[in-house]
Amino acid sequence: MELLTPGSGLIFWQAVVFLGLFFLLSKLAWKPILTSLKERETSIQAALDAAEKAKEEMASLKAGNEKLMKEAREERDKILREARDAANRIHDDAQAAAKHNADRMLEDAKAMINSEKQAAMKDVREIVAKFSLEVAEKVIKKNLSSDKAQQELAQGFAKDIKVN
Amino acid sequence: MESRPKSAQIRLKTGFFVLILALISGTIFNAFAQEEHGAPAGEHKAPGVSEVIIEHVMDNHMWHFFDGGTLYLPVIVYTEERGLDVFSSHHFYDEHHNRVEYNGYRLDHNKIYLGETPVLDFSITKNVMMLFINAGLLLFVLISVSRAYRRNAGKAPKGLQSFIEPIILFVKDEIVKPNIGPKYERYLPYLLTLFFFILFGNLLGLLPGSGNLTGNIAVTMTLAVFTFLITNVSGNANYWKHILWTPGVPLPLRVIILPVEIIGIFTKPFSLMIRLFAAITAGHIVLLSLISLTFIFQSWLVGVGSAIFVLFISLIELLVAGIQAYVFTLFTSLYIGLAVEESHGDGH
Repeated sequence: MELLTPGSGLIFWQAVVFLGLFFLLSKLAWKPILTSLKERETSIQAALDAAEKAKEEMASLKAGNEKLMKEAREERDKILREARDAANRIHDDAQAAAKHNADRMLEDAKAMINSEKQAAMKDVREIVAKFSLEVAEKVIKKNLSSDKAQQELAQGFAKDIKVN
Repeated sequence: MESRPKSAQIRLKTGFFVLILALISGTIFNAFAQEEHGAPAGEHKAPGVSEVIIEHVMDNHMWHFFDGGTLYLPVIVYTEERGLDVFSSHHFYDEHHNRVEYNGYRLDHNKIYLGETPVLDFSITKNVMMLFINAGLLLFVLISVSRAYRRNAGKAPKGLQSFIEPIILFVKDEIVKPNIGPKYERYLPYLLTLFFFILFGNLLGLLPGSGNLTGNIAVTMTLAVFTFLITNVSGNANYWKHILWTPGVPLPLRVIILPVEIIGIFTKPFSLMIRLFAAITAGHIVLLSLISLTFIFQSWLVGVGSAIFVLFISLIELLVAGIQAYVFTLFTSLYIGLAVEESHGDGH
C-alpha cells in the first residue's frame, strides 16, 4: 500500500534536516540550557549545603559554649575547694603551732619548777645541815659529861646526814 | 469520581462504534450513489471518501489549502540520463487542472516517472515543507529559550522559558536519566531533539491544512534508524554478549535464542517506526472520517454531531501528540539504556 512505502526523498530530507537540527540545537539550545540548569541545580545544592553547614556550626558553637561554661564552672569549684583546703590547712597549722608553743612553755615551766625545786631542796638540806650542826653544837656544849655517849650521838647524827 | 470517566469512556466507545458503522454504510451508500449517477456533473471527478482521506494523510507535490489556494511546490528529480532537474509542480497541471506530462516527466500517485522508469525524487513536497517549518519553529523556540537562560542567569524562569523548562526537565529526569543511567548526559541532546521534534511535528500536524509529518512512515523510519544506529554503536561488550551468547542459557536453547535476539535488534526500532506512524495516521484518519460524515450524509444535523465528535477526538489527539513523543523517547532511552548497561554480575 502506498501509505506504507516510505518515499526516498522524504527520507533524505528528514535525515538531513533532523541531523542539522540535532547539531544546531545541541550547540545553540541544549548545551546552554542544560549548563544553566545544572548551574542552577548546583547553586541550589550549594546553598542548601551551606545552610546545613551553618546549622551544624551553630550546634557545635552551642556545644562549645556549653563545654566552656562547664569547664569554667569546674574551674571555679576547683579554686573554691583549693581555697577552702588552704584555709583549713593554715588553720590547722596555726593550731598545731600554738599547741606546740604551749607545750614547750609547759615543758619549760616544768623544767624550771624542777630546777627551782632542786635548788630549794639543796637550800633546805644546807639549812638542815647547818641547823643540825647548831643543834649538835648545842648538844655537845650541854652534854660533854660522857665522852663516849657524846661520840656515839655525833656519829649517829653524821650517819643520818649521810643517808640523807 | 471513578465511575464518571469510565461511563464517559463507554459512551465514547459506543459512539465510536455507531460512527464507524455509519461511516461504512455511508461509504457503501456513496459508492452506490456514484454508480447510479455515474460521474457527477462538472470537470471534477468527486473522489470517494477513502481516497480523499488517504490523499490527506499522504505526502503530496503540492500543498492544497482550499480550492484555488494551492501552493505548487518545487520538484527536484535526478535521473542518470538527465541529471538534476528542478521545476515547479505546477507544470504537471494545465489551466483546467488536468494532469499533464511535463518535459517527459509524469506524475502518477505522487510518484514521478520519466517515461516508464521511476526517478530519484528529492522534491520539496508538502511533508518536506512541514519538516522545514517544524525545524524552523523548533530552532526559533528553543534558541530563544536558551537566550532567556543567558539573559535571566541565576533568576527564576519566565515566559516561554518557564513553559519549555518543565518539558526539558521531564525528558531529562523522568525519561532519560532513569532509563540510561549514569551515562545519560551523552545521549540527552539527541533524545531532547527527538522528543521536541516529534511533539512539535505531532502538534503542527493537527493544524487544519497542515501535512501529516510525524504520521509519515519515511519520517518515523528515519528517526527509528537513528535510534537503531545510536543504540548499536554505543552497545558495549555486555550488550553484545547478551545478544550473541546470552548467559545462563543451555546450549540447545541457544539455537532458538540467538536468532530471536538478533531479530530483536531490528524489531525494536521497527516497533518505534510503526507505533508513531500508526498512532498519528490513525488519529488523522479518524478525524477526517468524522468530518467526511457530513459530506456523505449531506445533512447539517450530521455536521453538528460530527463537529462535536471532531472536537473530542481533536482533544484526544492533543493528548496522543504528547504521549507518542513521550513513548518514542522513552523506548529510545530504554534501548540505549540496555545497550550501555554494565553487567550486574549475577549472570542475569
